[in-house]
This record gives sequence, structure tokens and C-alpha cells, in this order.
Amino acid sequence: MTRPDARITRLAETGRTPLWFRLDGREVAALAGDSVLTAVLANAPALRLAEFGTEGRAGFCLMGACQDCWIWQENGPRIRACSTPVAEGMRLLTRTPEAWP
Amino acid sequence: MTAIETARPTAPRIVIVGAGPAGIRAAETLVKAGLRPVVVDEGARAGGQIYRRPPAGFQRSAEQLYGSEAGKARSLHDLFDRMAATGALEHVAQSSVLAVGGGGKDAGLHVLTPDGRRVLPCDRLILATGATDRLAPLPGWQAPGVYSLGAAQIALKAQGVALGRRIVLAGSGPLLTLVAVQLRKAGADIAAVLDTAPLTRQAAALPALLARPVFALRGMMMRARLGRLYRSGVTLQEIETDENGPVAIRWTSAAGRVQRSECDMVGLGWHLRAETQLAGLAGCRFEYSELWSQWLPQADRMGRVADGVYLAGDGLRILGADGAEIAGRLAATACLQDLGLAAPDPAADLQRLARMERFATGIARAFPWPAAQVQALPDATVICRCEGVTAGHLRQTAAYGGAEANRVKSLGRIGMGRCQGRFCQIAAAELIAGQAGCKPAEIGRLRDQAPVRPAPVGAWVQDAPP
Ligand code: FES
Repeated sequence: MTRPDARITRLAETGRTPLWFRLDGREVAALAGDSVLTAVLANAPALRLAEFGTEGRAGFCLMGACQDCWIWQENGPRIRACSTPVAEGMRLLTRTPEAWP
Repeated sequence: MTAIETARPTAPRIVIVGAGPAGIRAAETLVKAGLRPVVVDEGARAGGQIYRRPPAGFQRSAEQLYGSEAGKARSLHDLFDRMAATGALEHVAQSSVLAVGGGGKDAGLHVLTPDGRRVLPCDRLILATGATDRLAPLPGWQAPGVYSLGAAQIALKAQGVALGRRIVLAGSGPLLTLVAVQLRKAGADIAAVLDTAPLTRQAAALPALLARPVFALRGMMMRARLGRLYRSGVTLQEIETDENGPVAIRWTSAAGRVQRSECDMVGLGWHLRAETQLAGLAGCRFEYSELWSQWLPQADRMGRVADGVYLAGDGLRILGADGAEIAGRLAATACLQDLGLAAPDPAADLQRLARMERFATGIARAFPWPAAQVQALPDATVICRCEGVTAGHLRQTAAYGGAEANRVKSLGRIGMGRCQGRFCQIAAAELIAGQAGCKPAEIGRLRDQAPVRPAPVGAWVQDAPP
């Protein structure tokens, strides 16, 4: 289930229950127990664009220390992708929502 | 009747921050003495980073996850789960301590929980906050697909994934080879393992490393297993990137030949950096350690900073998981002594600690901070990944603003980003010192600022139900 533009590759624990969430408006799959970071990067190369540069950002430490992995939701607050479990029906955005001031 | 109701009404309120090996052993020691500590931890399940557990429902065994350390991991996990299940301690999971209340620990700890903010009353505080990777910047390291070595290991252990298809691991320290071996075993494609430590340094440190012969031997065997993938004494030049991330890393071999390894993921790390921000906020003093190339907290042999504040584990001395277990017991023992309660005899643990320290000194010497490589970084290199502050900007700021870490921070924004300097401050100190022609120790230590993790304003104003 690794997509061609995915960043991560799954090496183990692939027998978990699949679940679905929305990423930039399209329906994509993840596995129960994935972090938001794992779930997004199994479908895309980055979590968001850097605020102070042009490159994408995909997390860095995976232990809650660098804050590089914040991602936007369609509604509601941004979430720290490395420490938040993905949930069925989440609506995530790798681009800043336009309504944001 | 719950355990808290049976506890003596005057029982001291002891908070342990961190549920890794140090925090778990500290909790055990207090529980054995009849106390009921509160353990605050950012993880969903206790274990810390090195013994980090996957979410419930994952299938791999402890042996698959932790290799030779499976027994230790399992006994720590079981011990903690038992204490939590019987109410012998209170586990505040998935929660970050953001601040030590104004006026010191007496004012309580400000904790961000999944349900909002909570202020934990606290008579005595044991900080077991661990460490992160110690990072040296490289041109291109801000690209997506460049991670810390710790991240590569967490991804594998806690999620069963590799953070790329073709992987280069670079830096130095025990984690470098360990992560490489673990990833290869799991089926990842490793293109190169690049160690900036020269073999001569590693050989010179051998006498100290023999304080723990099994560990020293295991490290050598891991390097041997990597064969030609492992290269020592390299200098890293640049991570070449396109819009999706790394495409290759350029490096110079020990013999001076320029090499290029194609990859789509780079893991970087130079051993560890103690996580000390809460210790700073709790009033701890620091001393610059030339050996570790970083500021480390000052505490007595037991981990006592002051009456009421104790440190344990990698956040105090970088001894690794076994050392952290010992330090956790010692810190809790110091706490019991200060409370005037019956405490276990620390003599044997103090002896073990000394052996761990000899070994750790050997590791620090064998796998040093790459000072020369950092000094030579081109001006265009991004030093602060959070806000894109470059080496050139930093050098200029130090030149006109003076070579003091906090001044350069306020003038040049280095260390002001969302990671609060965790991943740039050691390199920044090196560059500022290089500009001023002094030593990193002379430019001072960045002051700690609360909150030590960014908190959404909404969560901060919403109080968690008691
Ligand atoms: S990746 Fe560093 S905080 Fe999430």
C-alpha cells in the first residue's frame, strides 16, 4: 500500500486494521495505530510547507521536541503529527487553510 | 477505597517528570517506601524513548523490538504498568510539563494534558527528562526527509516504518551503528553509514570502554556487521536536495576522497544532548562540559540539585539506559533521605554509577562532537531549522552584537524558533565562538524559557477537570 509519492516505507506490522481519512480533500488509507505523521507520509512527501523557507516539512525528531511536524486540519486546531494517533475521518491539510489570517 | 485515600494525609506530593528507565526506577523506589508519586510523561505508555512501546495492538515481540535489551525493557514496562494499575502511582500520560511555577517548584507544575491545563502541586520534584539527539547542521538538512537518528529508531520501533526508501545514516555515537543494524535487519535499504569519528579516537578510548566489555564488544561487532557500508573518519559536506527532499549526500573520506551517496532519507545525530530546560527553570546551575561539548546540570552524586529538586538519567549525565535506571533509584533515595524517611543504602548503586561513568567518558571521547566540520560550514547553511537562520547571519550578529549566546539569540533569533534551540544551540555556540576566537564555554548558556513546549492558547486557557 506504499504510494509512489509516499515518504515512508512500511517494514512491519502491516496486518493492522485499515482506516480512512482525508488529506487535502482526497480519501486516503492508513492503519489503526499509525501516528498522523506515519499516516500522512505514507501518502505524501511532506506535512506542510516551511513558514520561513520554500521547502516542505516532514518532521524531524519524532519525539515531540522539534515541533517540525505540526499539520493543519480542515476544522479545528493544528496538531503535532508525531505524537497524535490518526483517527478515522480526520480531515488534514498539507497547505495552510485559506481562511487562516 | 483508592490508594490516595489510604495514603497519610501529610504525605509529601512528589512529582516525577519522565517515564523512561530513570523515572520508572525512581517511582519504584518511592512506592517501595510507601509513597504515591505522580508520574508525568509525554508518551501514551511508559518506557521512554529507548524502550519506547508501539501502540496497543502491534505484534512484534520485545526481542524483535529491543534485541539484547528485551529483558530490561520488558521488566521496566511490566513494573510500571503494575504500579499504575494498582494505584501505587498516578500516571499522567500524554502530558507535557510546560513550566515550573513562578517561585520554584512550590508553586506547582504547569502541565498540558490532553484535556487542557492542570497545575500539579509539588513538594518534591524528580526530573528524568532524558535526552535528544545532539545535532550538527549540514547544508540541506532543513529539507523534508532529513531526520534525527532517534527519529529513525522511533519510526521503526513504534510504527514499524522506515522514513525513506534508500537511507544514509551519518554522525557519530552508539546510536549511529545501532540504528543502522536495526534498520537493515528489518529490511530497509541502507546506502551508507558515515561516522565522523576517526578510528584512532575510537581506539584511544578503548581502555575506558572496557569498563563495560560486553557493550564495547557489541559496538565493535555491529560496526563489523555493517562491513563496507560503515566508514569512519569522514567529513560531511552537503545534503543535495530537490523539492521532495534529499537526493544524495556528499562527504570526504578519511583518505580525503570526495564521495557521493545517493539516498532519499538522511538520519543525522552526534550522540546525545541532555534535555535540561525544566532543570533550568527549577533553579539548577550548569557547568560547561568540554568532554560532552554542552552545558550539563550540576548536582551531587545522588542527583540532588537542592533540597526538593533531583535529577536522574540522561538529562543529568549521559550514561544510557542502564545508567539511567541506577540514577533514578539514587535520585529517589536522595528524596527519601531529605524527607527523613527510611531509604535504601545507595552504596552499591553509587559504585555501579562510577563504572557507567567510566564507560560513558570513553564513548564521549570515541565519538566526539564534530567541531571542525561545524566551524567550516558555509555562510549559506541554515543553522536554525525552525526559522531558517543561516550561519552567515549568525556570524555577522556575533561580530556586531558580541559573543554571548543570549545576546545573539535576541539580535539574531537563533534559538528562538519553536524547538527553542534544542537542535541548533550547540552548533550556534560553536559558530559564535569561532567568530569571536574563543571557546563555546565562554559564550554562555541560553536561558531557559517557559513554556518549554509550545502550547496552543486554547489548551492553555482551558483547565482540565480535576
Ligand atoms: S517530529 Fe519533532 S515534534 Fe514531531
